Amino acid sequence: MTLWASLLVMSLVMTVLSGFLAVVLRDLLAAALALGAQGLFLSLAFYLLQAPDVAIAQAGIGAALTTAIFLLAIRKTRRKEEE
Amino acid sequence: MTVVVRTVARVLFPVALAFGGYVIMHGHLTPGGGFQGGAVAASALALVLVAFSPARLKGKKGLFSALESLGGVAFVVLGFLGLGLTFFANVLAGAGGLFGQPVPAGPNPGELNTAGTLPLMNWAVGFKVLAGLGAVVLLFALFGGEDDR
Repeated sequence: MTLWASLLVMSLVMTVLSGFLAVVLRDLLAAALALGAQGLFLSLAFYLLQAPDVAIAQAGIGAALTTAIFLLAIRKTRRKEEE
Repeated sequence: MTVVVRTVARVLFPVALAFGGYVIMHGHLTPGGGFQGGAVAASALALVLVAFSPARLKGKKGLFSALESLGGVAFVVLGFLGLGLTFFANVLAGAGGLFGQPVPAGPNPGELNTAGTLPLMNWAVGFKVLAGLGAVVLLFALFGGEDDR
């Protein structure tokens, strides 16, 4: 397997793993950060698939802005999820 | 936020803002453009809003609104500039003035001073996106009054 293919598979696996973590984590701050990591790995996958335009948009919107909005929302409400 | 977050935000804010400006400025040569650069610059603004208290930016809502309207109006005016031929005709390309250099033939690293009205439209869209997303994050940060931390 070439370096490109292994990097792509790794970024996609990390995307799925961070998305899973964002769902199962009980600490909402950690879940928001996992969602940001998911956007970052997805942006890396877009870059490896030769779509740098989409990768920049995904890194700006998906990784940075949504994480910031979630962090602001958590700051205004509470951090732990209730059963 | 903690002093670590505040220090990193203080260092990273001008870098992210400059990278957004770079993406907008080279929109007609490299990947990216007005929307992507504006989103990167708005993420720099969101970083500052998360790290510091947003209360100091309370009166700046009108500034964001004016900047967004200015970007939209500039885009439409640049479109009307080519009305002698068609709407959105690129009258500045190859004219020798602002962004008017002819595009060199063959493989080259890219000439910044080309493409006519396209870089100006990229700047208009970039300012519109920066002001729009910045206003969204700012209003969200200001909503509800006092923070509990």
